[in-house]
Amino acid sequence: MSQGNTQSQGAQTTGHVWDDDLQEYNNPLPSWWLWAFYLTIIFSITYWVLYPAWPMGKGFTTGISTITYKNDKGVEKTTHWSTRALLMKDLQDAREMQKPYFDKVAATPFDQIAKSPDLSNFVASAGKVLFSDNCAACHQSGGQGKMAFAPNLTDDDWIYGGTYDKIQATVANGRHGIMPPKGGADLSDVDMDNLANYVLSLSGEPSDSAKAAVGNELFHGKATCFSCHGADGKGNQDIGSANLTDKIWLWADVPGAGSADKKVAAVKAVIASGLNKGVMPAWGGRLSADQIKLLTVYVHDVLGGGSKK
Amino acid sequence: MMDHSKIEKNLGLMLVMVLFAISIGGLIEVVPLFFIQGTVEDVKTAEGIKMVRPYSPLELRGRDIYIREGCYLCHSQMIRPFRDEAMRYGHYSLAAESQYDHPFQWGSKRTGPDLARVGKKYSNEWQVQHLIAPRSMVPESVMPNYPWLLASELDYSDVGDRMGALRVSGVPYSTNKAEYDQNVKDFGADVAKQLHIPDSQKNLIEQAQAGNFDGNAANVSEMDAVVAYLQVLGTMVDFSKLDNDSFVKYR
Ligand code: HEC
Ligand code: HEC
Ligand code: HEC
Repeated sequence: MSQGNTQSQGAQTTGHVWDDDLQEYNNPLPSWWLWAFYLTIIFSITYWVLYPAWPMGKGFTTGISTITYKNDKGVEKTTHWSTRALLMKDLQDAREMQKPYFDKVAATPFDQIAKSPDLSNFVASAGKVLFSDNCAACHQSGGQGKMAFAPNLTDDDWIYGGTYDKIQATVANGRHGIMPPKGGADLSDVDMDNLANYVLSLSGEPSDSAKAAVGNELFHGKATCFSCHGADGKGNQDIGSANLTDKIWLWADVPGAGSADKKVAAVKAVIASGLNKGVMPAWGGRLSADQIKLLTVYVHDVLGGGSKK
Repeated sequence: MMDHSKIEKNLGLMLVMVLFAISIGGLIEVVPLFFIQGTVEDVKTAEGIKMVRPYSPLELRGRDIYIREGCYLCHSQMIRPFRDEAMRYGHYSLAAESQYDHPFQWGSKRTGPDLARVGKKYSNEWQVQHLIAPRSMVPESVMPNYPWLLASELDYSDVGDRMGALRVSGVPYSTNKAEYDQNVKDFGADVAKQLHIPDSQKNLIEQAQAGNFDGNAANVSEMDAVVAYLQVLGTMVDFSKLDNDSFVKYR
């Protein structure tokens, strides 16, 4: 065990001695390591000179590196390097790359966009991204909607209108359909039963014709349903009152109800409780006008079902 | 010079000096930020009202539940100044926007999306349904169900104490007339009312009933609080009134 001592003869030690003869070798670091270390020091000094680094009282050393960018008002500014200025520059570069497309989308009338393959490709891909990030949570990823929650955007049935202008208004300002409980009238359970049968008969669903006849009276009389849904039951797109004559349902799950009784119950439940939960948020504050126009064209052309009038 | 062996033979002294040595790095990073002007951006309306305000009592309880349920384990609240984040989530987060958050919810893990600007993005109905059963709204979601939020009554008996604790750490909730008047100057009269600790329970109930976040106006549930909190996230600063580079100068 004590042979180890002999090796220390002549080798460089740190000079510390413990317990009479215990010493420590001084092995110099490999030179590549040392140089790498010096390089990191040179790097950090260069960094201090170029970029914001040292706090100085109420401010800091800004460094000599600068960034020049244009803000959204088109004002050009030059400032010291910072991640926020760098983002401005990145956004500006991206804007300039997409600008020809956005400019064209903005300048092209809605119905001409589909005719340009270049533009409609752009709308399809950029629109899909916007739709997934913002709309899919409610309207689902393919725009097929969700029963009792958000309407199908792929069919040609429109609560608020399917023209470009109407869709654009819907997206920018949001929508909120309201129907008071029992349509705001004083209705008994029997009244609602009759009304439900009448409503079902409008779209050719199975219904009790005697009850539907009484419901017809109520719909156009005491229950005042006609004032919102129209005398023909086709609804009014200005207030988003549903078209009751088609087979498309959003709130009363008629297609999902297994039996005629359950269909009546589904419609009755909607009449009894009224509707206040159809909230389409407004996107005007969150998305730019360009993005909303793009989404409008995406909903109308790509998801399909948009109408001319 | 202190003798080396003195330190090595005195454990208490060594402990103090080790602590000092390892805190130097942290201190150099943190302390200057308290002195550099503009670390926390000054965000005011044209009328001089501060845009970022402390949470209302209901929102504050919602935030407590957010922390209790561990939402921060999957969700960050910090939009970084990168292009992809700006495109997806909106304007990057400001230091000012979390100045009243103790502790802040910046987070470092995104299993789900960032929530810093989720306020007003969806309807209350969506938030409630999504919290009860996320997969009913987003089929591929891995977020857990939180059905008890709707079933549980909100305990707001101690909301005043909770505000009082935050007040100690510098959040301007008011306890007396002078503080209240200062809040009226800083935040406007409507907000100042919400920040007054003696009225906290009354304000909480009023906001829950007026907002009816959970779709049931009769009670005040934990859902009311969480949704009120989610709906305010990232909405206090009105970026539409500012140039998109308004906050570059602070860095
Ligand atoms: C919080 C859920 C939600 C989100 C998110 C949402 N919507 Fe809606 N949307 C609705 C609801 C609910 C309605 C129906 C409103 C009603 O019936 O009163 C609706 C209606 C619409 C309509 C009108 C449909 C018609 O038949 O007239 C369009 C168009 C539309 N949404 C597009 C979008 C687009 C584009 C986005 C994304 C920017 C989006 N929605 C995001 C819930 C949502
Ligand atoms: C104040 C206007 C108003 C009155 C009165 C009214 N409704 Fe409605 N109704 C609406 C609106 C608006 C909607 C769509 C709500 C939405 O989409 O958010 C609707 C939806 C419905 C639906 C659901 C359709 C679907 O797609 O699932 C039924 C059924 C219905 N109404 C029946 C009636 C009956 C029956 C009456 C008379 C008792 C009535 N409504 C009275 C405005 C009204
Ligand atoms: C296991 C991880 C996990 C936890 C814990 C979690 N979430 Fe989520 N969350 C997700 C995922 C993944 C998504 C994206 C899919 C979806 O929308 O469900 C999401 C989405 C969301 C969204 C929608 C964001 C957007 O912009 O579309 C909200 C709001 C949300 N979560 C709130 C909460 C709240 C509040 C809690 C705590 C009560 C919570 N989450 C807990 C994983 C989680």
